[in-house]
Amino acid sequence: MSGLTVPLAATPDRPVNGIALTVVVVLFALVAVLGFFAARWRAGKETGLHSLDEWGLGGRGFGTWVTWFLLGGDLYTAYTFVAVPAAMWATGAVSGFFAVPYTIVLYPIVFLLMSRLWSVSHRHGFVTPADFVGGRYGSRALTVAVALTGIVATMPYIALQLVGIKAVLTVLGLGSAQNVLLTDLPLIIAFVVLAAYTYTSGLRAPALIAVVKDLLIYLAVIVAVIYLPLKFGGWDNIFGAAQTKLDAISPATGKPTGVFIPGAASYSAYWTLALGSAMALFMYPHSVTGVLATKSRNTIRKNAAVLPLYSLMLGFLALLGYAAISAGTKPIDLNGAVNPQLVVPQLFLDNFPAWFAGIALAAIAIGALVPAAIMSIAAANLFTRNIYRDLIRPDADPKQEAKVSKIASLVVKFGALIFVIGMDQSAAINMQLLGGIWILQTFPAIVAGLYTRWFHRWALFVGWAAGIIYGTVAAYNVVNPVTKANFGGSIAAIPGTNVQVYIAVVAFAINLIVAAVLSLVFRAMKLPDGKDITRNSDYGADENDPKVAELEREYPLGGTGRGIL
Amino acid sequence: MSTPDVPTRGPARPGPYIVAGVLLAIAILVPLFVPAYSMDKPRLGGMPFFYWYQMLWVPITAGMVGISYRLVTKEDRRRREAVRGARTEEREQ
Repeated sequence: MSGLTVPLAATPDRPVNGIALTVVVVLFALVAVLGFFAARWRAGKETGLHSLDEWGLGGRGFGTWVTWFLLGGDLYTAYTFVAVPAAMWATGAVSGFFAVPYTIVLYPIVFLLMSRLWSVSHRHGFVTPADFVGGRYGSRALTVAVALTGIVATMPYIALQLVGIKAVLTVLGLGSAQNVLLTDLPLIIAFVVLAAYTYTSGLRAPALIAVVKDLLIYLAVIVAVIYLPLKFGGWDNIFGAAQTKLDAISPATGKPTGVFIPGAASYSAYWTLALGSAMALFMYPHSVTGVLATKSRNTIRKNAAVLPLYSLMLGFLALLGYAAISAGTKPIDLNGAVNPQLVVPQLFLDNFPAWFAGIALAAIAIGALVPAAIMSIAAANLFTRNIYRDLIRPDADPKQEAKVSKIASLVVKFGALIFVIGMDQSAAINMQLLGGIWILQTFPAIVAGLYTRWFHRWALFVGWAAGIIYGTVAAYNVVNPVTKANFGGSIAAIPGTNVQVYIAVVAFAINLIVAAVLSLVFRAMKLPDGKDITRNSDYGADENDPKVAELEREYPLGGTGRGIL
Repeated sequence: MSTPDVPTRGPARPGPYIVAGVLLAIAILVPLFVPAYSMDKPRLGGMPFFYWYQMLWVPITAGMVGISYRLVTKEDRRRREAVRGARTEEREQ
């Protein structure tokens, strides 16, 4: 690897930090070896990795510890590590620190919802959230809507992981403003390696790598949180510097640069951002993949009690954005412009010995590989199960499914790579913002379905469409006050009022109201209900209860067995 | 239905679910009530109240989810044993 990356180092734009770069390359190589080795880790004896359960869900056997690392790596992505402190550095609490209440209220929600989804999926062999919706409502349109939303929302999320890696590479001195291909070569190499071991090992690769990544990131954050305040005269000084910067009047807008402590006018924005994001996170296919890979019904519940340790780390990491203000960190990109995304990598490089900065930067870069792998697997599973199998080849066997999924994971990753290299970074950020709004629109179909069949399938479909349309239009109409560009943020007034809230939450409310009203109408019109293959007992099943396929064998007279899987 | 709907669990006792539900509701609603904490003072080690209060809620929520986990899994186990025990007896007869 180093032979390939070192020649690029001779760029005039930024000095290369040799020691930090070496540490990053060595750790990256170590992780790549682990990724390929993962194929043999707890591999299924008879089948190898030739089914979606094995390749795409790691054999559905992850216990509490592995799940803790896997979900920690899956939910707290490199982009989070880069973007949250960047937002704090640039505009303060409302755009950055809401991540803390977001990742607090997330876990009670996960506790309530996810073990039911696990149980019904275990019984019926569901691999994706769209599989469940299909089984519950028997509506192809609704299944495809949920699947497409998942895929479209995940793609820019993967692209943003690349933005995270790019921030690290830029700070390390790799890349040049003059040659586009040369700039992106290290990124391309990193991604080709990632794609190769995801293809070979499936979900086992990110699960194993997540362990290394988490140890590195905890080490980096704990050291930084103790050392940096000592260096910059205590938290008092750091918050003082942050307040001065954020309260200063911005010449571009004539308003304060940011928000140090939200005033009454931003309360609703703050809490709706936290709640909306928390409700949306486990609708993302990569989160569901993490849940369904667990071994038992209660693994995810136990994890909901121990995963908040990551939220604490995220909170401190967010505050590093303020530490960077007081440190005077200058996140200057290759083209000479200020790029807030570079704040945290630059902070580590400026204030720590090169070898330690290398560890921290490697933690961020590796932290991008874990979720990128899981996301590509999850999107590939959606494509395979709900588009390829449901629409193209209904008789696909598990082996074919695994094959299609492996190829789809490559396509998804290269799509994301082209996205980042070919388009402006802000396009990926806008798309991810939209993705968050869109994915929340699958909440009524998935979550209501876990508890009740009261909603009519077509009403849910129309509600979904209404939510997507409102959310997209409202997000487009947000104009950035400085650049005058559309998609300037995710906050807008509730129509007809001045109350500023997260657009996704309003879209969700519209979605829910439309779905409820139309359910009443469609039921009154006696429109046909789809076939529901799930039963009440499925939602409480645990790992010792037989799967439906086994029950079918046990009670062969009950039916032909078709239509179950 | 192609197969009989065999219950996987016995009937629930509402107690543990109500307690867990209340704990989880508190863990969701309290951190979202911004007026309670959007202030600077009192500071803790130089950190404004707004920041340390929210960080404090991370372990509190974790504790509440942990207690809920214990309550609900215990009841879950009892309900499962209620049906599985009955089934084993049936087979033995």
